[in-house]
Amino acid sequence: MHDMSEHAVHHHAPPTGFIRKYIFSLDHKVIGEQYYMLALVAVYIGLVLSWIMRIHLAWPNVAIHGLQFLSQTGAPGGILTPEYYLQLMTMHGTIMVFFVLTTAPFAGFGNYFLPIQVGAEDMPFPHINMTSFWVTFVGFCVAMAAFFVPQGPPLSGWTAYAPLSALGSVAGPGQGTGQVLWAVSIGIFCIGQLLGSLNFISTTLDMRCQGMSLMRLPLSVWAWFITSCIGLTAFAVLMPACILLILDHVAGTSFFVPSNLVVNDQIQPHAGGSTLLWQHLFWFFGHPEVYIAIVPAMGVVSHVLVTNLRRPLLSHRVIIYAMVSIAFLSYMVYGHHMFVSGMNPFSSIAFSFPTLAITIPATIIVLIWIGSLYGSKLRINTASLFALGFISMFVSGGISGFFLAQPSLDIMLHATYFVVGHFHLVMAVAALFGIFSGTYFWFSKVTGRMMNETLGKIHFWFTFAGAYCIFMPFHYLGMAGNVRRYQAFVDDFMAPLMPVHKFITIAALITGAAQLVFLYNLIHSRFWGPKAPQNPWEGTSLEWSIPSPPPFDNFGGKLPVVYHDPYQYGIESSTGDYVMQDSPEKIDTVRDER
Amino acid sequence: MAKLLAVTIVVIAIASAIPIVFHIWEAPVDISRHGPLIDEQMSETMVEAGICFLASQLVLGFFIWRYSNRPKAEKIKSFPGGARGLVAAAVIVVGLEVMALGAVGTRAWASIYFTPPAADAMQVQVQAGQFAFYFRYPGPDGKFGPIHPEQISEATENFFGLDTTHDADSKDDIVTAEMAVPINREIQLLMHSKDVGHSFFVRELRIQQDFVPGLDLSVHFTPTKIGRYEILCTQLCGLGHYNMKAYLDVLSQEDFDKWLKQQAALQ
Repeated sequence: MHDMSEHAVHHHAPPTGFIRKYIFSLDHKVIGEQYYMLALVAVYIGLVLSWIMRIHLAWPNVAIHGLQFLSQTGAPGGILTPEYYLQLMTMHGTIMVFFVLTTAPFAGFGNYFLPIQVGAEDMPFPHINMTSFWVTFVGFCVAMAAFFVPQGPPLSGWTAYAPLSALGSVAGPGQGTGQVLWAVSIGIFCIGQLLGSLNFISTTLDMRCQGMSLMRLPLSVWAWFITSCIGLTAFAVLMPACILLILDHVAGTSFFVPSNLVVNDQIQPHAGGSTLLWQHLFWFFGHPEVYIAIVPAMGVVSHVLVTNLRRPLLSHRVIIYAMVSIAFLSYMVYGHHMFVSGMNPFSSIAFSFPTLAITIPATIIVLIWIGSLYGSKLRINTASLFALGFISMFVSGGISGFFLAQPSLDIMLHATYFVVGHFHLVMAVAALFGIFSGTYFWFSKVTGRMMNETLGKIHFWFTFAGAYCIFMPFHYLGMAGNVRRYQAFVDDFMAPLMPVHKFITIAALITGAAQLVFLYNLIHSRFWGPKAPQNPWEGTSLEWSIPSPPPFDNFGGKLPVVYHDPYQYGIESSTGDYVMQDSPEKIDTVRDER
Repeated sequence: MAKLLAVTIVVIAIASAIPIVFHIWEAPVDISRHGPLIDEQMSETMVEAGICFLASQLVLGFFIWRYSNRPKAEKIKSFPGGARGLVAAAVIVVGLEVMALGAVGTRAWASIYFTPPAADAMQVQVQAGQFAFYFRYPGPDGKFGPIHPEQISEATENFFGLDTTHDADSKDDIVTAEMAVPINREIQLLMHSKDVGHSFFVRELRIQQDFVPGLDLSVHFTPTKIGRYEILCTQLCGLGHYNMKAYLDVLSQEDFDKWLKQQAALQ
């Protein structure tokens, strides 16, 4: 069967000791799992922080027992102080955006499956790959350290707008050491992502097995590849921005602080900096970051969906071109975060149109997914439920972008809960649905055991309904002018909105609790789940052609040869309604419409 | 399970649209001359977004219902028109429509930012600082005295850093903690921050503009309805951000003159 296959060249020998095997491993699969585990730890910390914030917003005088042990000054008697609310909010955003939404769908799944799906035994630079994870891990530890320094973490939000973020502790609690730790952490994180991106790009371009042309790459690989290209440029801008911010703190520079600022009746010892410079540098990274989170999820969802539709997507190429278009446009739209920032108002118009234009490739992808459902033989399992849920969430969150892309409407919606609802649905929840879909889909490949489908479906229903109950009302609050980043709603018009906040908090507590079902399922199935067959979902891509879990060098010392496009479903073959990519069996190829 | 998902998606889509259709939560009545353009743009965008939202969710729900768990014997079908039709739909129906909407929407933006204030617009200066707004009126001479940052002092209540001893233009400046303006008179708001980033947001005025430390910015508007409105800070500025607010009183010209005289007496 594999008469054309070649012997693989081993770049490194299988490790033997525990430390080389599980800690400082060069194996892309172990590194992928490490990234996933890191994201898992991070997401539950982020979840607990969101619970604390939501409880405080709905019932500001209710003590959260135990919170005082995290910070005696930040939460005396278990009740958050205004500054500690902002500090937890900053850490929630930072942890979720960087260490969950970037780490799991891109670095986690990508590390594990990209080399396998392209038919490689590993990444070309395993040491760099290992370094990328451990650098990211150090970044995470530095961020966590901010909880434990005097005055705690920064309170300037995950966007760390200058000069609040650059003036030091005079600007507020946590703005000294906490803010420096934040900038160091993110700077380190950027290095990890840059190293990872280099490996992803070179693996995709140089390590493909025989027969694996670019158009035969699964959509998940395309998504990781495109994301790497975005990451390479976006993180390369954020890292120097963080260095400049650190210098403003520790070296007396004034990159982001103009002259004559007066805090506590004292003129600050800075001159000549630009506060908008930080915003430009940050959002030049920050908007592409949205796509760093969502494009891998799009790839994973496409991959899961097509396997469960039992037919190829209406067009493989169109999805690829649309994802490339999104990546390209992602650099031209960042200014929509700055419509009311004081930037030249003509620039707002210039940034508005690419923002509106990015709707087109996003709509194309959604329509191809929905159009591919037509006439399919959709199989329902937890992975496909989350993939379908992703589409629904992505549409709901994406459509509110119509509003925020227009400067004139941003006047009313900027800095309100409308924005919070928008980005949580389109970027956070949708990406999480991609992560969940990928987890239920690939768990058996990684562990050799199946996840519990009943628990998975319970997890899905609570998460799907819960996410809507939380984030749809955010939009309504925003339309009524409810401002974000407030620790209490003391303004006259916001008092009547409190019942909505209470409803959201209850929904958040229930939805969050449902994530414990997921955690239980993950851990229990890892050790006690039923043994998984090699290809439980009858997939076609290369990961399903190897044992579960895969051997150290993926393909047993040989490299596969690919004969088919990635998603040959809905055909008649010796295996059923599909043919594996590496099967030499001749079939009437189902070519997508090109 | 698939049918349940289909029904859930449809129910969620319809339930999500109900508060919008019945205007349960929405922006308060506009009190500015430029506001109707923004409100109109908001309504048009809502209609378009609503149609896209409902159509896509309902079709998604219907296809999940119709095409899940089909018998093995049934054949795979392809969407009529294939990918080409859908790409065309995305480009023409959604893309051009949304771009056109954006183009129309620039009118509202232009009315605020591309149109200079009238020559006789009344100038009011606003200074944002952790965690309060202060306002300054130029007094009878119509001129603002210069700001001396080194003289800014909360302790002595010299919020703007004015030197009334040496600067003649500062002598009659009126500094207040609340903002009052006469109705139907164009106001040019001159904005600066003394410390970090802040923002000036009055929902009813349809105005939101950040303060940028190091930059002097201005916006202009014409209030059209007498009343008392909240001015909020919407740019995260520190621990007291949630509590940084002031009031805007839109008064008749007569009441405004009276108010200004009272404030002048308090200086």
